[in-house]
Amino acid sequence: MRSVRALAATAALSLLAFSTIAVAGEPKQGGILRMYHRDSPGNASIHEGATYSLNVPFMPVFNNLVIYKQDEAQNRMDNIVPELAESWAWVNDNKTLTFKLRQGVKWHDGKPFTSADVKCTFDMLMGKAQQKFRQNPRKTWYEQVNDVSTNGDFEVSFNLKRPQPSLLALLASGYTPVYPCHVSPGDMRTHPIGTGPFKFVEFKANESIKLTRNTDYWRKGRPYLDGIEFTIIPNRSTAILAFVAGKFDMTFPTEVSIPLLKDVKSQDPSAVCVVEPNNVATNIIVNSTAAPFDNADIRKAMALALDRKAFINIMFEGQGDIGGTMEPAPAGLWAMPKEMLESIPGYGPDVNANREQAKKLMQKAGYGPDKHLAVKISTRNIPVYRDPAVILIDQLKSIYIDGELDVVETANWFPKVARKDYMLGLNLTGNAVDDPDQSFYENYSCGSERNYTNYCNKEIEKLFDVQSQETDIAKRKKLVWEIDKKLQEDVARPIIFHARTGTCWKPYVKGVTVMSNSSYNGYRYEDVWMDK
Amino acid sequence: MFAYLVRRLFLMLVTLFGISVVIFFLLRIVPGNIVDILFAAAGYVDPADKANLEKELGIDQPLIVQYWHWISGFLRGDFGYSYVSEKPALQEILPRIPITARLAGLALLFSASIGIPLGVISAVKQGTRLDYALRVVSLSGLSLPSFWLGLLILTASVAMFGQMPIFNPNPQTWLEAFATYAVPAAAVGFRSAALTMRITRSSMLEVLRQDYIRTARAKGASDAAVNYHHALKNAILPVITVIGIEAAFLIGGLIVTETVFNIPGVARFLVEAIRWRDYPIVQNLVMFIAVVVVFANFTVDMLYAVFDPRIRYTD
Repeated sequence: MRSVRALAATAALSLLAFSTIAVAGEPKQGGILRMYHRDSPGNASIHEGATYSLNVPFMPVFNNLVIYKQDEAQNRMDNIVPELAESWAWVNDNKTLTFKLRQGVKWHDGKPFTSADVKCTFDMLMGKAQQKFRQNPRKTWYEQVNDVSTNGDFEVSFNLKRPQPSLLALLASGYTPVYPCHVSPGDMRTHPIGTGPFKFVEFKANESIKLTRNTDYWRKGRPYLDGIEFTIIPNRSTAILAFVAGKFDMTFPTEVSIPLLKDVKSQDPSAVCVVEPNNVATNIIVNSTAAPFDNADIRKAMALALDRKAFINIMFEGQGDIGGTMEPAPAGLWAMPKEMLESIPGYGPDVNANREQAKKLMQKAGYGPDKHLAVKISTRNIPVYRDPAVILIDQLKSIYIDGELDVVETANWFPKVARKDYMLGLNLTGNAVDDPDQSFYENYSCGSERNYTNYCNKEIEKLFDVQSQETDIAKRKKLVWEIDKKLQEDVARPIIFHARTGTCWKPYVKGVTVMSNSSYNGYRYEDVWMDK
Repeated sequence: MFAYLVRRLFLMLVTLFGISVVIFFLLRIVPGNIVDILFAAAGYVDPADKANLEKELGIDQPLIVQYWHWISGFLRGDFGYSYVSEKPALQEILPRIPITARLAGLALLFSASIGIPLGVISAVKQGTRLDYALRVVSLSGLSLPSFWLGLLILTASVAMFGQMPIFNPNPQTWLEAFATYAVPAAAVGFRSAALTMRITRSSMLEVLRQDYIRTARAKGASDAAVNYHHALKNAILPVITVIGIEAAFLIGGLIVTETVFNIPGVARFLVEAIRWRDYPIVQNLVMFIAVVVVFANFTVDMLYAVFDPRIRYTD
């Protein structure tokens, strides 16, 4: 009965959404979009950050060579469109990716954009330039790039060591803006200069971020808005109340949790809210270099003990997805088929049977009803980390594991993980691009900075390279599924669930699209307008 | 009196020096530094990049050297740069001070203007229904945490009026200005008002039992003259002490209130700076607060002499 009601509600909402689009009319120019921001980003330099606290306010300042279509929720290879590049072509046996650049584009300070800026940006990202980024979290994305060469002011080529079709997907990410050569990385942290639809006005730490319309934008007629103002409100209750009271036109993207969504809709029934997956996986990082998790049986037992559905029901009222490393379908493009997923230990639907199997493995390792294994489960002092860690402790009890919560301040989290000072960790991994190259190399390749567990399997790494070079999508998918399955079987970083979160805006805000397979790529805001 | 003042000023300087040492070293004892947090935001840790950044910010140097750099700069009026915003620390701190000062001043005003009269009434009407009612009010003021009261006010405003008294940096009307400061000041000042009310009541009750009050009444002085001229004047000293102490404690309440009402004052800024381990901001801001508190205590002591002519500071 409940599912029938849910279906009816979904149908009604879809109809409402359709009718809203149908009567939306022609976009209007003007207005300042007021949005709250969940916290104060450390700086304004997208290349030096790895949180969408930074992408959301500063992505509108920039352009990429190419970008995912901003009005489609799903990022796909076939919806990548030109931005600073007018066109691109793979040549030299798919080992060179050449871009023809748009002419007449100006930086916000009036200087002309040329191919030298593209070369500068990627030389810095590859660590080849004299000027360095303070932090360079996505350096591994460009490991297959030999160099970037220019041919005149308006042509640039990425010369690769081997074919890597996904390079185009990485270049389309919100994390890949083109920076100007004539502004230092330090200045880009405090006063970013881009070519994008909005110009940076000011950033007051813990207070606000203001952007204004770039009247000289190369895409004529865009953006529609006169500006965007972000008010930084770390207290979520205050922020949501302010949205309901009309102080803001829009919530911070994906920051409305499922329980809060009900509050918003009850207090402001006119609010338009969408719930989307966002390619952030809650997972367990396992320190397999030390006892007890150096024992493969105990690792496997832990994976078998997980009741993923229970996590989703408790935390998100059933609104979440179960999958492997790659985001589950239909939002995710690379997810394993259901039957393949369920063949992985711990993913089978019969939780009790899985746990019986787990108990046997624990007994084999010397534990049982009379001798429990005591473990510490470390996690960051943030509710989205702490809450699943508590549920995990509860679930592990069923297989003779007594967990103790070890809450760690954010400042100490990465140093602690880096020095392997933990047994199990409850972690969140956001994937910038729904592409196996980003996820596999960044999180699971030997020696990668973000491979927190130092998981290193040379055999699987060879498969990373094979899938990476494969141009046939169907063949690549099969390889990706195999790899993902092996990663789960190896208990490399067991994935518990993929969350879904909500975003709300007032009905007069039009042209907002929330990306369904990335939290990082949909904040250009040049198509957003206000029907006021 | 002059010698007393010199001694007090010297002791104040010693106190401030002690505070500077404590702030500096306590901050370094807290695990993690700005570099760890910046890398946490970047989602990775690279030991070489980390070392470079620590060198760039000067936090790789021995602690005593770092302390000397800070304190000598502080005395010269060079407050350094925020590690996070990369702007001068003074430029970050100064605009926030008036906001918090207004809020704190209004909260103290609220505390005194509500707490003292109600405390007097409660004492004069001891044992009546009004006294009981006022005692319940003061008890609730001491029991309700300011963050809860703040959220309650916000939720009620939205539910009842569809409006929200959130900080407005450029209020256009008197009402907007009132909403900007008065409501949060009331939320944070309610506790101090309750405390002031209780202290005033007990202090007044003690004085009202004194012989000279009975004598004043016997001489035919009116109730108002007895209560306000004779009694309150003598009962006010402990109240001033409490208000002085409250001024120092207020910063704790303001942290929560500024967060709930999203007011960009120094209190919230301090918490954020601690979260980021932004040493130049935290050190200078805490020193500023320490200076205010030390001088507030000094002022209270001086006020004793103003309100009670019997008190004269000597060597």
